[in-house]
Amino acid sequence: MALPHIPVLRAGKEYESLDRKELAGFADGQSLVSISQANAGIVRRDMRRSPGFEALRALTCERLLEICEEAGGHFMESSLPLNATGDSQSPDEYVAALSATSGMPHTMCRRNMSKINTVFTGMRGILRGLMRGMDPGVIDRGVGEHDGVPVSYAPTSKALGVVLPSNSPGVNSIWMPAIPLKVPVVLKPGREEPWTPMRIMRAFLAAGAPPEAFSFYPTDHEGAAAILDACGRSQLFGDAAVTAAWKGDSRVELHGPGYSKVLLGADQIGRWREHLDVLVSSVVDNGGRSCINASSIFVPSHGAEIAEALAERVAGVEPVPADDPDARLSAFANVKFADYIDGAIESGLAAGGARDLTAAHRSGPRRVELDGAVYLRPTVVHCDSPEHPLAKTEYLFPFTSVVEVPEDRMLDEIGHSLVVTAITKDQGFQDRIVASPDIDRLNLGPVPTTHVDWDQPHEGNLFETLYQRRAIRRADW
Amino acid sequence: MTRPKDPAAAAEALDAHVREIVRWHFSPETGCPFWLDWAAQADWNPLADVQSFADLLRFPNFDGEILRTAPHERFVPREYAGKPFTIFETGGTTGMPKQRIGWEDYKTDYTEFSETLDEDAFPRGGYWLMIGPTGPRRLRLAIEYLANLRGCACYFVDLDPRWVKKLIKRKEFDQAKAYMAHVIDQALLILEKRKVDVLFTTPKLLEALSERTSIPGAGIKGVFCGGTTMDPQTVRFLVEEVLENETQLVPTYGNTLMGLAAHKPLTPEDKFSITYYAPQPRAVLRVVQPDAPQELVEYDAWGRVELTTLTRELFMPRFLERDEALRRKPCEAYAWDGVAEVRPFGANEEKIVEGVY
Repeated sequence: MALPHIPVLRAGKEYESLDRKELAGFADGQSLVSISQANAGIVRRDMRRSPGFEALRALTCERLLEICEEAGGHFMESSLPLNATGDSQSPDEYVAALSATSGMPHTMCRRNMSKINTVFTGMRGILRGLMRGMDPGVIDRGVGEHDGVPVSYAPTSKALGVVLPSNSPGVNSIWMPAIPLKVPVVLKPGREEPWTPMRIMRAFLAAGAPPEAFSFYPTDHEGAAAILDACGRSQLFGDAAVTAAWKGDSRVELHGPGYSKVLLGADQIGRWREHLDVLVSSVVDNGGRSCINASSIFVPSHGAEIAEALAERVAGVEPVPADDPDARLSAFANVKFADYIDGAIESGLAAGGARDLTAAHRSGPRRVELDGAVYLRPTVVHCDSPEHPLAKTEYLFPFTSVVEVPEDRMLDEIGHSLVVTAITKDQGFQDRIVASPDIDRLNLGPVPTTHVDWDQPHEGNLFETLYQRRAIRRADW
Repeated sequence: MTRPKDPAAAAEALDAHVREIVRWHFSPETGCPFWLDWAAQADWNPLADVQSFADLLRFPNFDGEILRTAPHERFVPREYAGKPFTIFETGGTTGMPKQRIGWEDYKTDYTEFSETLDEDAFPRGGYWLMIGPTGPRRLRLAIEYLANLRGCACYFVDLDPRWVKKLIKRKEFDQAKAYMAHVIDQALLILEKRKVDVLFTTPKLLEALSERTSIPGAGIKGVFCGGTTMDPQTVRFLVEEVLENETQLVPTYGNTLMGLAAHKPLTPEDKFSITYYAPQPRAVLRVVQPDAPQELVEYDAWGRVELTTLTRELFMPRFLERDEALRRKPCEAYAWDGVAEVRPFGANEEKIVEGVY
């Protein structure tokens, strides 16, 4: 039987490439889909035109918000096409395919689905948050009034380029508001994860969004660079090496490692046991794969005790089959990553100054295999110093370091942190935290780092990325 | 020149040519010092023992490094002694390049190749523009000769691939892009101020040019294109979008050591997969097992490209190119094996930077 096929979408038009790659389940090696690959020249050529921009401008923001709401239903419940020639995918098939190629257990795939649905159905509130309560109609007209002040906003780009990762379907929710904000998207899916961006686009289309607003280019590094080069604004997801090449290009919003952290204030350290649930969630939620998982926990004292208690809790999280409803760990679709990470942790431990406290609580090594899949079991490392190589690093599984840092030095030590959960009631410490330029998202109080409010900006405010305010003055005449 | 009509006739013609060329290079009256000395040290006698192409398998794979170091005079056949020669260098090599000397071979190759060109797409009397590596390359002279042969002349815009390779190696991508833009700017100026009918360029430069102007709109009727990989999707993109299904694409595979291989004109069944045929009997391409280069791969299987050059100017047996390709069957126009979808050797395992050119 012929494999299902995912075509390239060139401003909504399907294109079957002569260059195709098959995507196989990582555990059984069975091919699931054939994916048309766009050569970079096609991307460059298409980027010279922007038909989707006018198509979206022709609809009101209100209409696009209605489309979003309806699209959520399609995303969750409909069988959606993969192409125009008859291949389609039901929600259950989507979950199975996503799990088979990404290593995420079904339950986590479904949780990510719900997260994306929340963005579809809550889009009105999200725009309100991103636009700080301004009437979205302002972007229909280009001019309006906000809090009694005349405002005018102009788009910064006729397309939003998005170079996506393979490891986290939830990140697609970051680009989705571009559609009601009337900016077409140009997506490069991660090599192993075409499913989610394709399903989101198909849901938008099923709800009546203009096809021209969606370009989908499975492509290589050259093609990805062509997207980033050609779009006036882009989001790039990737590790430090991938994002480094685009550092300094103000058109490209970088979504690299998060280095998210929990800081426990001196005023709360005596009550650390009460906050253990927050620490566990911050480390383990979403399989510990996300940039918003805590990879470091800074405490002023009791480091060894806290690390030990946390280790005991997270060590109970064991690999189970992908369709187990209680699954909490993701398998590694690429075994080399697991081996590299395991090796890096072991060499960090061998250098001294750090101990793996989870080792005593688990039966066997960190790296385990189950049903042909490779997992890394959760790992909590107690480091003697924030300078230790394992103290401020991030890995693609539930891994965290616990390190003692005097409260008055914590902000000097954190470095750039996507999320900081600061558990303190000390107003002076809170004031200093709020003023820190190193923190992107801030939770004040016992909130897991993995908690997301979609009306809040994430590594940049998409409205501010896609629109710039201009001075406006109308003559009375 | 009339080409043999069937594989048996082609093989027979090739064997006869092999005997003639081996006799030339290994006879003291006509041969070159390099091969005469080689034969003196060998435990067999090519002059007597080589009767067919198959007998060339007795030679080891030619070591291309020799072309970086040996004095040119070692390769001058006795009959050509005292006759000034041209030194040609290989394409984008960094460091000391491989150098080949030559006299008339390129004219022979391009005279024969000219006969394969479509008269409407490559009109006689039409001006050519070459955008690509000129400098010490055979290609530069060859294109000018081809333009002259077809009754006109050629404009040149140079691109130095060695500099591009350095820029990419240093990750100076902005500089590489700026250099490419500089090259295209010059080409556009020529196209704007002069009437040009035909281009020679590389796939990347062709695409870059098309981003700035419509190629058929600029009056270009035919594009002779080569230098880097052209997989089927790239060919389709060039034909359908870059050349707008109007300007004719003539892809080629060639280098300083071989000359140029012509392509079999595409049919819908080819699905844009291009097969090239060496200018046999002057050069022979085989697709061989990478780990057993005596052995051919099966038809339609990937293998490493092996080149044997058989002219009076150069005898180079079984040189393993840094390319891999699919082995293809003979076709109506060319009664010997072809090589298809040529790409850098190992391209399937790792991404190989071929540069912006």
